[in-house]
Amino acid sequence: MARKPAKANRRHPLATVVLIAIGLAFTGGGYALFTSTATAQTDTASSTSQSSVDEGKKLFAANCATCHGMSLEGSTAGPALLGVGAASVDFQVGTGRMPLAMQGPQAMEKPPQFTEEQTQALADYVASLSPGPAIPTDDQLTANGNATNGGELFRINCAMCHNVAGAGGALTEGKFAPSLTGVDSKYIYEAMLTGPQNMPVFNDHNITPEDKRDIITYLKYIQNNDSTGGYDLGNLGPVAEGLFIWIFGIGAVVALTVWLTAKSN
Amino acid sequence: MTTIERSDTPHEVVDPAFAEAPKLAATPSSRFTAAAANYIDERTSISAVVKEFGRKIFPDHWSFMLGEVALYSFVVIILTGTFLTFFFQASMAPVIYSGPFVPLKGVEMSSAMDSALKISFEIRGGLLIRQIHHWAALLFIASIGMHMLRIFFTGAFRKPRELNWTIGFLLFILALAEGFTGYSLPDDLLSGNGLRIIDGMVKGIPFVGTWISYLIFGGEFPGQQIVGRLYTLHILLLPAIIVAMIALHLVFVVVHKHTQYAGPGKSNENVIGYPVLPVYAAKAGGFFFIVFGVIALIASFFQINPIWNYGPYDPSPVSAGTQPDWYIGFADGALRLIPPGLESVIWGHTYSWNILIPIVVLGLFISIVALYPLVEGWVTGDKREHHILDRPRNAPTRTAIGAAGVTFYAALWAAASSDLIATHFQLSIEAVIHTIQATAILGPIIAYFIAKRVCLALQKKDREIALHGFESGRIVRLPGGEYIEVHQQVDDYERWRLVTFNEYKPLMIRPNAKGKITQTQRLRARMSRWFFEDRIAPVTKTELERQSHDHH
Repeated sequence: MARKPAKANRRHPLATVVLIAIGLAFTGGGYALFTSTATAQTDTASSTSQSSVDEGKKLFAANCATCHGMSLEGSTAGPALLGVGAASVDFQVGTGRMPLAMQGPQAMEKPPQFTEEQTQALADYVASLSPGPAIPTDDQLTANGNATNGGELFRINCAMCHNVAGAGGALTEGKFAPSLTGVDSKYIYEAMLTGPQNMPVFNDHNITPEDKRDIITYLKYIQNNDSTGGYDLGNLGPVAEGLFIWIFGIGAVVALTVWLTAKSN
Repeated sequence: MTTIERSDTPHEVVDPAFAEAPKLAATPSSRFTAAAANYIDERTSISAVVKEFGRKIFPDHWSFMLGEVALYSFVVIILTGTFLTFFFQASMAPVIYSGPFVPLKGVEMSSAMDSALKISFEIRGGLLIRQIHHWAALLFIASIGMHMLRIFFTGAFRKPRELNWTIGFLLFILALAEGFTGYSLPDDLLSGNGLRIIDGMVKGIPFVGTWISYLIFGGEFPGQQIVGRLYTLHILLLPAIIVAMIALHLVFVVVHKHTQYAGPGKSNENVIGYPVLPVYAAKAGGFFFIVFGVIALIASFFQINPIWNYGPYDPSPVSAGTQPDWYIGFADGALRLIPPGLESVIWGHTYSWNILIPIVVLGLFISIVALYPLVEGWVTGDKREHHILDRPRNAPTRTAIGAAGVTFYAALWAAASSDLIATHFQLSIEAVIHTIQATAILGPIIAYFIAKRVCLALQKKDREIALHGFESGRIVRLPGGEYIEVHQQVDDYERWRLVTFNEYKPLMIRPNAKGKITQTQRLRARMSRWFFEDRIAPVTKTELERQSHDHH
């Protein structure tokens, strides 16, 4: 408005613009930082190494594109991967489930085909094309949460397929919920976040990151503490116990009766 | 036909091997024992009892000890169960867990679950006793099952022991009830899910189901009552009935005297074996500790029912791998095998056939088990007493019926673990269920025919061996150029074992006193034909003599 004498102006004409820009950058950056750490990390991870994305693109074209399409659009042989995020790629490739050895009811776990760098490259590439859940950071995975809360959440949300002790269980048509014993915390977290195979998605609104950490804490607690009362027979419940008593209990007792009634020589 | 009535029970004969044992010389300590014994006898006249009971003869065979295993497991259950009652709180009042098991700290649960956890983690030796109790319960019912199979396949249920079979059968049912009530007491997730299935089955009964369910649970499931009620049954009523029935069962064993397998010197009129005092009492006493030891060993090294993993009961979660203990498995399997969605609504009432059919089928199955001795007795028309056991092959139809029953039971039993079969063998659960459905229906039929043919073939082989002996493998060329294989004759003892068995022939239809042939008669004749049409006659004396003439 008042732009009369240029000398009287102590500020540069663009100072206001710069100030607004700085203010916006602070609020926006802060907002981004505080609200969605995950998305922010995707951005930094993908932006930090363009070479990783390029490497991932090559690997994807050579190993995944036959089924999932050159631009993640999917085909009759495999689903589209747009929006699955780095977490999904890291879970599927990192546990060896992808690439598939063969079509079947469900992708089977096997020794991973790719190195960690290659898996990361594939994840970076898929994440670079469309947004999706990122690979969890180490502080989300520390097993120092509340085991009680984790146990309750596990029994309510997970045990009907994975069994109360995480020993796994059957689903329909040959599909199954795998055993969770010895599974890396990262993969447990990613599975909850992305819902691989037949598993439902437990997003952060459904089970918060703290709750997810609690569940991991509970699983690690029951796995790291020796099973109370002796060998757990695979944590399979009464079926394993029944088989045991019929084979070893009755077996031992019958052997002893035979010994007791044997004619002395 | 004529039946020979023999009301006299067999007399008992001490095994000659034992009878020849040298008498011990009198020593000062034995003189003291004699004086003490005399003191007691003069005041209680117990010598009559000892004389009678101490000289009871028990024949020696491993399969005769299976019932003993059941008895000793039961004693172990009573001992450990008493310990557990000192600490268990049969109440469903809610408490907040504050014990040492970290993942349950602060969780609300019933006092029953809380005290069961306290027994497991805080009471000294509590977990071991709990595990002994549970493992002993599994062994108890498993050994009852083995004992029943032994009795069935050897025909030990025949006259005069039919009533004792019924008592044994009731003991089996009571043991199942004891097992199930015990499984339900800790009020953990697994036991609550088991009770929910029972609740569902009860509610599936038309008209009265809901009323009965409310009566059992004192309101809507799960309510606040059920653990207390099951506890009363589990530690008071059922054990009392079981102890009384065991006593009756054993009294009958003494009254009837023990059965024995056919063998040299053994007949329907005697029992050959060792006397209770001193041999059998020592053996049986030792065997008790052996059984206790086996159970304790298993309980020390193998976890059973980790209730802390299951957490407190909450009607919403159901864990994968939720199964009853093995002995209820056949009932669970029946529910899994029945095709889903079988129900109809008639006059505003829902009939859940997927619950009613399993209940009826299982009811029929256990009724057949309970009544089989009466059925077989009626079909054979045999009123004689039998103290010599059958070899299973010598009663082909009975053995075949038993094989069919075992197959049916096994199919239902396997169905209860259909989910674990599917995951562990990487099969689809539908394929597993459909295969077991087919097995439950066709399996018994196939098993029946296979078992019957195997029995008849074995009988033929026995007959062949009794008449011609074993093929020795020694080929001899006769002077005339002919080759023969020398057969080695079995000795007389062995031959006796092979030829001693009852032969039954199908009954003829005969008119009754009024000169009429009744429908019952016809049915009986048909049943008899079914039992005995295919048979191998035992080798007769004439055949044996003729045979020995030919070969000498």
